[in-house]
Amino acid sequence: MEVGLKMMSMKGGGDHFGGCENEKMGFEETELRLGLPGGGGEGGEVVRKRGFSETVDLKLNLSSKQDPSGIDPNDEKVTGLNKEKNLLLSATDPAKPPAKAYVVGWPPVRSFRKNILTTATQKSSSVESGIEKVAFVKVSMDGAPYLRKVDLRLYTSYHQLSDALAKMFSSFTIGNCGSQGLKDFMNESKLMDLLNGSDYVPTYEDKDGDWMLVGDVPWEMFVESCKRLRIMKGTEAIGLAPKAVEKCKKRS
Amino acid sequence: MFWGSRKTINMNYFPDEVLEHVFDFIRSHKDRNSVSLVCKSWYKIEKYSRQKVFLGNCYSIGPERLIARFPGLKSLTLKGKPHFADFNLVPDDWGGFLYPWIKAMAKSRIGLEELKLKRMVVSDKSLELLSKSFPNFKSLVLVSCEGFTTDGLAAIASNCRFLKELDLQENEVEDHRGHWLSCFPESCTSLASLNFACLKGEINLASLERLVARSPNLKSLRLNRAVPFDTLQRLLIRAPQLVDLGTGSYVHDPSSEAYNKFKAAIQSCKSIRSLSGFLEVAPCCMSAIYPICENLTFLNLSYAAGLQSNELTKLIQHCKRLQRLWILDCIGDKGLGVVASTCNELQELRVFPSDPFDAGNAAVTEEGLVLVSEGCPKLNSLLYFCQQMTNAALITVAKNCTNFIRFRLCILNPIKPDPVTNQPLDEGFGAIVRSCKGLKRLSLSGLLTDQVFYYIGMYAKKLEMLSVAFAGESDKGMLYVLNGCKKLRKLEIRDCPFGDAALLEGMGKYETMRSLWMSTCEVTLGACKMLAKKMPNLNVEIINETEQTDSNLDDSQKVDKMYLYRTLVGHREDAPEFVWLL
Repeated sequence: MEVGLKMMSMKGGGDHFGGCENEKMGFEETELRLGLPGGGGEGGEVVRKRGFSETVDLKLNLSSKQDPSGIDPNDEKVTGLNKEKNLLLSATDPAKPPAKAYVVGWPPVRSFRKNILTTATQKSSSVESGIEKVAFVKVSMDGAPYLRKVDLRLYTSYHQLSDALAKMFSSFTIGNCGSQGLKDFMNESKLMDLLNGSDYVPTYEDKDGDWMLVGDVPWEMFVESCKRLRIMKGTEAIGLAPKAVEKCKKRS
Repeated sequence: MFWGSRKTINMNYFPDEVLEHVFDFIRSHKDRNSVSLVCKSWYKIEKYSRQKVFLGNCYSIGPERLIARFPGLKSLTLKGKPHFADFNLVPDDWGGFLYPWIKAMAKSRIGLEELKLKRMVVSDKSLELLSKSFPNFKSLVLVSCEGFTTDGLAAIASNCRFLKELDLQENEVEDHRGHWLSCFPESCTSLASLNFACLKGEINLASLERLVARSPNLKSLRLNRAVPFDTLQRLLIRAPQLVDLGTGSYVHDPSSEAYNKFKAAIQSCKSIRSLSGFLEVAPCCMSAIYPICENLTFLNLSYAAGLQSNELTKLIQHCKRLQRLWILDCIGDKGLGVVASTCNELQELRVFPSDPFDAGNAAVTEEGLVLVSEGCPKLNSLLYFCQQMTNAALITVAKNCTNFIRFRLCILNPIKPDPVTNQPLDEGFGAIVRSCKGLKRLSLSGLLTDQVFYYIGMYAKKLEMLSVAFAGESDKGMLYVLNGCKKLRKLEIRDCPFGDAALLEGMGKYETMRSLWMSTCEVTLGACKMLAKKMPNLNVEIINETEQTDSNLDDSQKVDKMYLYRTLVGHREDAPEFVWLL
């Protein structure tokens, strides 16, 4: 993902803003940044991802220092092309069917159309599992001058979302989610500690119009009910804590 | 002033009203612009008689200046955000606000009657002001806009007494589930066109039926998915004169009474030439539409994800007179073959991806396109999302269809070469531009080197808009285009290795163009600054999405997003913090 990779270079010493990085990036890192949707990611999935990321990880284009792999040395025309394109050619191997990948703004289809199509597919198909394919929500951060949009369906856990948000708004630190991705809402004092810190805390508006702390429900439920995200200072989010603890207690 | 010898007729002998009457026949903006340059008196007459103005970039001139220039303004078209904003490349709040325009026109008592907007931010406040300021307001068309809710629509419905057209296409509208439709007063009988297909929420069905019943001029009606099948059937009975129909939900039990009634109702709608909608669709109900298919000239099934290829082809086989077809790629290559053999009058084809996220799954390839080119020689407009493309196919298409005005190809994997030869697609696109001398709009994809740009610069002499992504090898590519495409107005580039040399060498060209977009290219801040300094009639804007401020950056840093456009009014005042005006 463009955004992801850009932010990576910022972390690494930030003398580029956007665009090329000169650092070498391992494929592994860039795989994650592709934001491959769907659960899992182990085993067979990884092989497919690597094949596709070699081909479509378009941000690799910028570091021509990458070693091209799988190039047919007999193809003279190939050597004349950009290295990036060389990486691409290995993908024509049918044994590695391309996995899903996501590049900002590609394919060039209006999000309106994307959203309509996925809702339509959901409703009219009995075979579909009913999971929405897209869930674009606006993200705002207190103090940041711009809004972003994220597709929640690209992530499979709070951890991934948290990472992505951290990269998008890189100069702010967002409080981490617990090891299982769920905040420990049952422990009120732990929660209060988190909120009293100077970290930023992600909150969201749910279907009922209530503002909640991110992390209080299982991931899938969150994706279904989240309408928009707002990253606010921990201290400001304190008001939401009692509600969160309430809802959590009710559920268990 | 007396020009020429006595043998020539001096047009200034004619009174102004005669000239004005003559100018009335000149509709094209370009021609009217030319007319106004002839002499002072023609300028004046044209100025006061001009009613329609088109602004392809709302920031090229300010509202006050526009009003001063054309005080007789009645119909305004405005476009706001750059095209790539449609694909999430432009952050929210970038700009393109409608309100200042409405405010200025209201203040100057402009007799506005028509407003058409694309990619603008339209607030409820601006819609309310609009509805109250222009007593003769007749037509509102919003395409890919955002920022308003159904409350704004309620204001339009309530206050625009002579509204003829309310056409909402693919807008992001916050639906407050109010009764905006019920706000049309009983006295409103002027509606000719109503399109609310993009709204997500419920509407008052009884109000809709009454509205349609009292609108004898209604020719175009496009419903949203909340309008159920039996309402559709009742609406058709009330409006058999419809020319353009967009169904809402098209799901019903084919053995039911409502379905039979629908079949009868639709058969009496002998004027329907354009059909769309089917946002929810039960395939078994499609046969009810067959009777009207032979008269259709436009069919839009691009939201009908529930229809499989065989259902689509069965339907299309009845549509012999089709001129425009918008469809999903699940039709497949074979299905396109059916289109090719049936729709010989076809001029425009758009094939959208049914799964825009899975680059591996597009169901159409170069084969479908070739078949269509063989069966539909009149084809002049194409938007084609596909799995792959070959040079051979493009060369064949170029031979079969020389009339392309718009050719937009989107291979879902944007740097995919010709899968048969492993070559870039330079030759294929080269054939297209060589063969289609009238080509005005081109979008490229697939593996492409500088060579394709060489061809474009050499042959695409009428090209006005070019969209490029993940293509090219060096600055030469961009320069071929800037130097060769004399009629170029819009150039948008993303993720290409074009840099400062190309940007700066093309400097002289940009004032002849509407705009240039470059994102994730090799352009540096320093070059943008230099360009801005040397060209005062251009606004050079940088979209900076990191937290860095001016002082932290040096000129050698690459710019992520640059958008420049010609303007008569200098820097805009509504730019948000993350947009730097150089």
